[in-house]
Amino acid sequence: MMSKKVAVIRKEQFNAAHRLYNPDWDDATNEKVFGKCALPNYHGHNYELEVKITGKPDKKTGYVMDLKKLSDLIKSEVHGRFDHKNLNLDTKEFKKLNPTAENIAVVIYKLLRPHIDKEKDLMIRLYETPRNYVEYPAP
Amino acid sequence: MVYLTRIEHFNAAHKLYNPNWSKEKNDEVFGKCANENWHGHNFELYVTIKGEPDPDTGFIYDAKKLGALVNEKILEKLDHRNLNVDVDFMKGKMCSIENLVVEIWKQLELHLPQPVTLHCLKLIETSKIYVEYYGGK
Repeated sequence: MMSKKVAVIRKEQFNAAHRLYNPDWDDATNEKVFGKCALPNYHGHNYELEVKITGKPDKKTGYVMDLKKLSDLIKSEVHGRFDHKNLNLDTKEFKKLNPTAENIAVVIYKLLRPHIDKEKDLMIRLYETPRNYVEYPAP
Repeated sequence: MVYLTRIEHFNAAHKLYNPNWSKEKNDEVFGKCANENWHGHNFELYVTIKGEPDPDTGFIYDAKKLGALVNEKILEKLDHRNLNVDVDFMKGKMCSIENLVVEIWKQLELHLPQPVTLHCLKLIETSKIYVEYYGGK
């Protein structure tokens, strides 16, 4: 039988500065591993975020989730924390965590998950550039 | 006359902050863009040259050479850098995309071989914001 589940996706974006740096390594190792991404004065990206919610549409509303509510949630939980910020310096989430796209996606998942119906699945896709993106959780 | 465009991209941090103003005034004028620890973007640069195709090659200018020149003279200085701190030709200037596109034009003009003529630079900062510059005053 065909699944009655439907996926709905909300796209949002934020801009931020960061650098990739492991404080347990010396500068030479960081540069060897992370290349230009380890440069000391930071660089930045336009992050494009896609939040996918999967589940059965509600019988009364026809919605899997109200996308306006999802948009408001992303704005308060993600945008408010990370937009126009330096991820390494300005956010508590990345004080001790390297802000790779992988780690940012996992952090965003953890921020949003408590606010979304337990019956629904959540998937995060994060574009760091138009050519690089990550997904969490991976199927 | 034919126009040829080469598209390149770079990532950088910057902030909009006028050191002659108070922090409050900067916040009022530039909002979140004045965040003292920087923010950043994926920038796209469209470099358009114009001319008549050479009868022997059919080229205005070899697009691969144009790409190499833009990479060597411009992107080497901008990519994965802090525009306010790391870039010699932006020193002492406000790091808006308006100012950046004008300075990129000046740099490219220095290095483009005759008779290649720069027609337009388009610099995209976000999916909703870009500038165009055609040189001159």
